[in-house]
This record gives sequence, C-alpha cells and structure tokens, in this order.
Amino acid sequence: MSARHESSLPLSRRRFLKVFAGAAGALIVGIPLAEAVDAPVPAALLGDTLYGLGAFVRIDPDGNIIIGARDPDTGTGTTTTLPRIIADELDADWTSVSVVPLGLGVEDDNGSPRFVYGHQNGGLGTSVPAAWADLREAGAVARWLLLQAAARRLGVPADRLRCEEGNVIAPDGRRFGYGALAEAASKIPAPSSPVPLKAPQHYTLIGQPAGDVDARAIVTGQAVYALDSYAGDSLIAVLSHCPWVDGSVQTLDTTDALAVKGVVKVVQLKPEPGVPLGQTVRAPAVAVLAENTWAALQGRAKLKLEWKPGGQSESSAWFEQQAADVVNDKDAAPTARVRNDGDVDAAGKKAAHRVEATYVQPWLAHATSEPMNCLARVDKDGATLVVPTQAPQQAWRVVQRLTGLSPSQIQIRVPRVGGGYGRRLDHDFVAEAVMLAKLAERPVKLMWTRDEDLGQDYFRSASVHKLSATLDGKRQVVTWTQRMASASALVQRGVPDNRLWTSEIDPHQLPAGLVPNLRSDWYALPSVMPRGTARGMPHLSNAFPVESFVDEIANSLKEDPLVTRLRMIGQARMIDLGDGRTLDTGRLINVLQLVADRIGWKNWLRTVNGFGIACWHVDGAYVAHAVEASLQGNRLNIERAICAVDVGRVINPMGLEGQVAGATLDALSTALNLSVTYKDSQVQQRNWKDYPLASMLQLPDTTEVILVPGDRDPAGASFLAMPTAAPALANAVFRVSAVRVRRLPLMKELLRML
Amino acid sequence: MAHAQDQILTPPAGNTIVPQKEREGIDLEINGRAFRHTGDSQMPLLWYLRDVLRLTGTKYSGEHGEGGHDLVLVDGKLASSSQLPMVELAGKAVTTVEGLAAADGKLHPLQQAFVDEDAIGCGYCTPGWLMASLDLLNRHPQPSDNDIDQMPNLCRCGCQTRVRRAIKRAATGGHA
Repeated sequence: MSARHESSLPLSRRRFLKVFAGAAGALIVGIPLAEAVDAPVPAALLGDTLYGLGAFVRIDPDGNIIIGARDPDTGTGTTTTLPRIIADELDADWTSVSVVPLGLGVEDDNGSPRFVYGHQNGGLGTSVPAAWADLREAGAVARWLLLQAAARRLGVPADRLRCEEGNVIAPDGRRFGYGALAEAASKIPAPSSPVPLKAPQHYTLIGQPAGDVDARAIVTGQAVYALDSYAGDSLIAVLSHCPWVDGSVQTLDTTDALAVKGVVKVVQLKPEPGVPLGQTVRAPAVAVLAENTWAALQGRAKLKLEWKPGGQSESSAWFEQQAADVVNDKDAAPTARVRNDGDVDAAGKKAAHRVEATYVQPWLAHATSEPMNCLARVDKDGATLVVPTQAPQQAWRVVQRLTGLSPSQIQIRVPRVGGGYGRRLDHDFVAEAVMLAKLAERPVKLMWTRDEDLGQDYFRSASVHKLSATLDGKRQVVTWTQRMASASALVQRGVPDNRLWTSEIDPHQLPAGLVPNLRSDWYALPSVMPRGTARGMPHLSNAFPVESFVDEIANSLKEDPLVTRLRMIGQARMIDLGDGRTLDTGRLINVLQLVADRIGWKNWLRTVNGFGIACWHVDGAYVAHAVEASLQGNRLNIERAICAVDVGRVINPMGLEGQVAGATLDALSTALNLSVTYKDSQVQQRNWKDYPLASMLQLPDTTEVILVPGDRDPAGASFLAMPTAAPALANAVFRVSAVRVRRLPLMKELLRML
Repeated sequence: MAHAQDQILTPPAGNTIVPQKEREGIDLEINGRAFRHTGDSQMPLLWYLRDVLRLTGTKYSGEHGEGGHDLVLVDGKLASSSQLPMVELAGKAVTTVEGLAAADGKLHPLQQAFVDEDAIGCGYCTPGWLMASLDLLNRHPQPSDNDIDQMPNLCRCGCQTRVRRAIKRAATGGHA
C-alpha cells in the first residue's frame, strides 16, 4: 500500500477519522444552504456551546439550529421531512437549520435498552405518520421553552409573545433571536402538560416544497455513506459465501490468498444455530481481511475454495410449478383463508358471466446501489458501528447478543443509506462484521461485492395467483376469488404459523368491500431460498394480478376499463373493511379520475398507442397510475407515466413527488426486466447485467405526478406508488399489442408472445 | 561575527546529508493536484481514490462498473475507475465528482441543476450520473432525449426522469 497523501484529505474527513477513533459525537451530514461548503462536521467539533432543547433540537448562541433526524434515510427523504415537521412547530428559520442524523438512541435501563428517540425505522412508510404523532410535540416544546425564557427576560407574559422565523417578538416590537435565549431556555424544566400544537393555517414549512438537505453534500461527493467510512486502522473484509444456505466448506487452501501483499487473515464464519433469519450469518462464508479493498479482493480471488452442497436442491422453475399446481387444485385446502365475505359458492351458481386467469410473479432481489457493508469496532468495554440499516434498534440487538455489552456501551451510527427496500431490515452483515472485528481484534470494515449482494439476498418470493370472478346480467361483479401460493417471508423469523400469510397478502386489498362475495385463500409453499421484506410487499405482488384481472373483466365485457372500474367502485362512500380499516371510495375514484383526465382517457379507444390504468390503496393512502405505451416492432416504449396519490396532508411536496416518481420508475423497471432465478438452489444472477435495472432508454422521459391536497393526518408514501405501475403498464401493453402479459418480467413474456 | 543564519546554512564538518532515494511511482493528476502512487500498480483507480486518498465520492457498486457508480473523467473522457489499473494512469489527469465545483465552492452548473431539480434518490448513484452527464454535455452541449437515453447509469430509486430534467436545465444555462 502506498504512502497516504495526507494533504489530499479534505479537512472534514480528517476530523471524522479523529472523532471516529474517539468514538464520540454525532455526524452532521445535512446542510440547508447551497452556500454552505464544509459538509460533514462532527458535532463534537462545533464546540460545547450548543444548548439542547429536548432530544431533537439544539441551538447555538448564534441562532443556528441543529435538528436531529431519527429515522434512517435510504433515499426516502426523511432527513429533510422529519426535521421540517419539528422546525415548523419551532417557528425556526429553515435557512438557519442544520440536520444531524441521530443514529441509534439507546440508554441503559438497568441492563435493558431504552430506545430514547421513539420510532427509528426507514423505508416502511411509517416514518412520517410516526413523526406526525410525536415530533411536532418536540418542536412545540422547544418553542415553549424559548417563549418562557423570553417572557422572563422581557417581563412580558409568554402568551403575549409570538414567534417568527427564529425570533421571539414582544407586542412592543422588541425581539430576541432564539440563539440569545437558548442558554436560559435550556435551564427551564420541560412543561408538565402537553403543549398545544399549531393550527394548520399557521404552517410555514409544512406543505411547502424543500429540496433534500443532503443534496449539496451528495453532488459534491462529500456525503459519507457507511461504505465511505473508515476507522483509522480498520481492516477491509471481503467475503465469499456458500451458494447453498445448508452447504459447507469442502476444501479451503488459503496459501495463495495470504501471499497477496496486504492480506492479513482468512477466517471462516458460520450461521449460529437456532438464531432467526437476518440476525446471524446467512450462509457459511470465508472472509479475507486485508489492509485495503484491492488486496482483499485479490486475496479472495486467490482462495482455493470449494463448497459442498447441502441436502436440499430446488429450482425456481420447480417452485413456480408447485405454486401453479396448488392454485389449480380445486381440492387443495388453503393454509389460510385470508378473507371470506358473503357466500362465493352459492352466489357463483347464478352467474351470467365468468372470467378466470392465472398470474405469475417472479422472485426478486433488493439490489441496493450501496452493497451490504458495516464498519465495526469492538472492544472489551464498547462497540462502535457504522451501519447502513433501516432498523437500528434491530441492529443493536444483533450487536448486543454477539458482544454481551451493556446498552449504552454500543453506539450505532446510521449515515445516509444507499437504498434499502427492506433488505436492511435484516442484519446478517452486521453479525458478520462484529464476528470479524472480534476475531481480528481490530476494527473491520466489511464490504459485500455485487455478486454476494445479489446471490445472498433475502428474496421476495415468487407467487402464482389464480383469480376468478362471476358477473350478473347487469355487469356487476358478484363473486371474486383469489388463490395465491407463495413462500412466506416470515418463516424462521419467530412468527407463529397462523400468521405467516400476513407478509403475502393484505385482506383489505381491492376489491375487498366492493364485491359482496369475496374469498382470498393463501397456500404456503416451502422453499430453501431465504426470504425477507421487499419494497411494497405484499401489495407489489398482489396489485399486478388484481388490477390486470379487472382489465380482463372489462375486455371480456367489451367495455372501457375505466367504466368497469368505476362501476365496481360505485358511489363515493366509506366502507368498513374490518380490523379498523376503511376504504374511502371517494378518494379512490378521485385518484383514478385524475390520472384518466391527465392522460386523455376519453381517447382510449381511438389512440394508436395503448392506455392502461390501475388503482390501489395502502394503509389509508390512495394511488392510481395511467400509462401510455407504444410498440415499434419488438421495442416497447413507455410514452407517458402518470401517477396520482392521496396521502392526506403533504409535508414536503417536492420530496413526495420524488418518492412517487421514483417508486413509479422502480416499479416499471422491476416489471419490465427483473427476476431472480435459481437452479440447484444456486442463484443465477451475479451482476447488474444479470439483474438489469431499466436504463434511461427503457423508462419514460417524464413522470407526471399529481398530489391530491388533503388535511387528514399524513400517511406514508415510500412505496405507495409501487403496486399500480406494473398493472397499468401491462394493461397498456394489452391495448397496443393484444398480448395479455400474465407473467412478469414483462419484456421477456412480451417478446415470447409477440 | 558570523550571522546566525550562515551557521544554519553551513553543514557541520564531517557530515554529509544523503538525500533519500526518490521513491518510484506513478505520477498522475487528480482534480488538478499532483499525486504519486507508490503501491501496487495493478490497483484499480477506484480503490486508489477511495482507500488511499479517501476521495469517496466515486462509488463501488459492482466489480465491472456496470451501474456507472464508479465513473470519472480521464483526460476528459468518461472512464470506469474500477476497470482502470493505476499503471495506465501515468501522466493522466483524472477528474472525480469532488473536482467539479470551483475552488471557491461554487457548484458546477450540472451540480446546481441536480440540486435544483432534486434529482436525487438515495444519492449513491448521483456522482456517477454527474460524471456521465458532464461527459454528455461535453460531447453534446444541447443533448436530445435520444442522447440522454444512451447514458449507462443505473438507479434503483428511480431518479431518471429528474436527472433528465437536470441535464436539460444545465444545458440551457440553469433554466428549467
């Protein structure tokens, strides 16, 4: 390894190294102003003049405000959105605000962990609803403390003062900046009763567009992801995992690997028996530890390593066949009857018209841009980790189990994360990093290579869906049945058998509530492939068959599919779906009508291109897509993609538009191209070319996003726009090509059938 | 009486200072500054940037650079830093995402356009998009949609349509 050119290190990086070695302080990655220059500055270096007002707000005497963002930001924008919720209640001047990702907040409660920041999850669509429930209060309390401090200083009762853009203003015009009040405010005891929250007409930031607070750091290359973090003396670990989860090492000769300059050690890792999936090593592995990444990669290439298969052999083709067999077997008893409204069998006998179709969803990987990685320093009296995680509290549990340290001895930092999509709810890679750091007795930075990342995933199960419906003479859908077969994502995760279906299908999904006789059955399939949470599940698996099938019903009636949909939905009303869940058909009709109007749906039959439409609802939020597609020979062009969402109150329209456009494109990319296949239990996708996310060429040139304004409490949106993009696309493809794609990925199926 | 300075400049009698032998290495320029790499000549530029210089804006996302996360400019041409061994970089000038902004911190028009259009998902692929966009605008100052379609970058967050807007904004001098 060459001598390091110290002079080339940006100042902030050297500070980071120093601070990391001391295991102190939070890291500031967010900067609010385009003019700010130095991106990541550790809070410890900002001096000790910051005054804390609660767990989330710190103010310095100059009036600069630091607001903590508690949820990991995997690209969902929570680092911007959550602090804006606090800043609005605080009446802060947004241009004076810096944002700090808080990392895990954990304290020692007699040996048990007490997680002090409340909700700390990312990418599950829960961040904004949770923040709305408690983070407004955090801002309001800080504002209340500043008001009390000002009241004492001015001799004016607090209720006669007002706050505006970081100032407290008295009736006579005297004003104090928050910075001047911060020290006094920090000494006032917190209010004993809840502080009133703002009325919506006084919002100054909520509802206004704001760019990502990390934008400048990102475009200048200064944003530090976990993979960009280094402890001064850390070793780099690169792994080779057994392709079979139940396999083992056949032969291992490390001589050549250890001869590579810079390679320090080669060690083996094994899953711990009895530990649930995602909390220990996923499959047996050999790790090469080296002074730098290049040496580690070379060392891995020089391992003489052969793996022995385990006892189980399975292929994705076999799995799909099993799934198809079971949904087509009329006598097969379902593992779970997920929903059963009315009497499907009795009502179906009087049918005037019957429609039936079977749909296939492939296995999927998470394919995050930033591969799994983790920087771990483990000492006798403490552990410090930098983890790209969506669930730091779960990461903490893994570290605690493996180190036996007390709650406050474990620090988990979560810098901005290069994509999550559910993969980083599992912490197998954290377990690996901790094990390696203990073995090496040095800090270890673990990095998975792309082939490992694709091959060693917790996949989204393939599924087969058999749908059938009967209609009466007035074109009303009278019965609806869905038979779904898949491998549950909850197996080996401590979930009781009678709840395994919950990861696979939502009993409240469309058309529940709209059809008097409706039955959903789920059939469990075993699989040797590990599964986990995937973005948009279970809706991503189900909206494609359901919303394609509605289109097929329309086609069988020789009818405009929008007309069929609107008739199925009926009048605007509230429908009780059970379990405290409600379907607001007015909001569903609205998003459907908005995308139909935007695309010019009245021309659906006259256009040369194909129009497709689909709608869905997720946890109280509503979404619809309209897609226009054209076909030139074998080339499919997505001419337009329009999405309308109704999430209730919109906190940051610019952030929400990004989420909706992003999920639309991710869903189109997934639907067009992506599938994981395996033979002999070995995943066949090894690199991006095997798992080809859509290129610019394949995707539409624009995404048109319509945000429905609303004043209900905000729902989550991180995957809301995922489910409907694929069926809207498939429905458009049917109009333009007469090919009904019932199996994803779409391009492969379309080219086969054209 | 001799000046103090003369004494310092005069070596003590009987001692000779032997200069250290110059270390051999690969000289290259990165973002306008001179560097000498004295380690493994086969080390790819990506790991030199990241592990040695700690210029971590250039990202790893796969061995063969297929996603475009590792793109840099070498003598003005777009190149995959994970595919370039250091030995091929002798005498070359490399530009990374850290080298786009002006010395006074003013953002490059492309960087500003990405910020203005919020053309960012998780941000991990953004440096690669910026380098490919810079290359595109160098070759096609007014790129058509077809030109933009040829970009090699991958993004799972789905920032493509916002990146397209950002490139057009930069090409038209900052106007959306």
